[in-house]
Amino acid sequence: MLFFSYFKDLVGREVTVELKNDLAIRGTLHSVDQYLNIKLENSRVVDQDNYPHMMSVRNCFIRGSVVRYVQLPPEGVDIELLHDATRREARGG
Amino acid sequence: MSGGPGLESLVDQTISVITNDGRNIVGILKGFDQATNIILDESHERVYSTKEGVQQLVLGLYIIRGDNISIVGELDEELDANLDLSKLRAHPLKPVVH
Repeated sequence: MLFFSYFKDLVGREVTVELKNDLAIRGTLHSVDQYLNIKLENSRVVDQDNYPHMMSVRNCFIRGSVVRYVQLPPEGVDIELLHDATRREARGG
Repeated sequence: MSGGPGLESLVDQTISVITNDGRNIVGILKGFDQATNIILDESHERVYSTKEGVQQLVLGLYIIRGDNISIVGELDEELDANLDLSKLRAHPLKPVVH
């Protein structure tokens, strides 16, 4: 639940999602769900020359199970808030 | 409670699916469920190679199991029309490793 809420607060930010097949997609976080499936708008593949497979795709839905990393802008990360939320989650869950 | 991104907005649109084994399948989204199983109509597979242009294999009406799906992308028909698939050379996508 923690990360679901966290990502909901990041909607509208530019993120880069790195997948487990090594594909990296940059885009604006449009929405997220309980499975941490991610919808990106204005998406483009990071290394487009080697991965032209998504050239005609501008909006995409990425299945949560296939995400390796979500790279966030540093301004998007409030460490204190995350610490507090983690402590609460660990305590009660 | 799930809310969030459904594939709802993509129904009846042309979509490009990347599967876990690295395949690219294009078709019209007809249905989906919470497990991301999808129904794709008029689908074809685009096979990428470094030796020759993109091959398109006609598949027809397909159900793709959600387990096996990485990405569901909204295909922009205009952008796609501008692509010359016969000139495109690329390595096939890598399979997903968990």
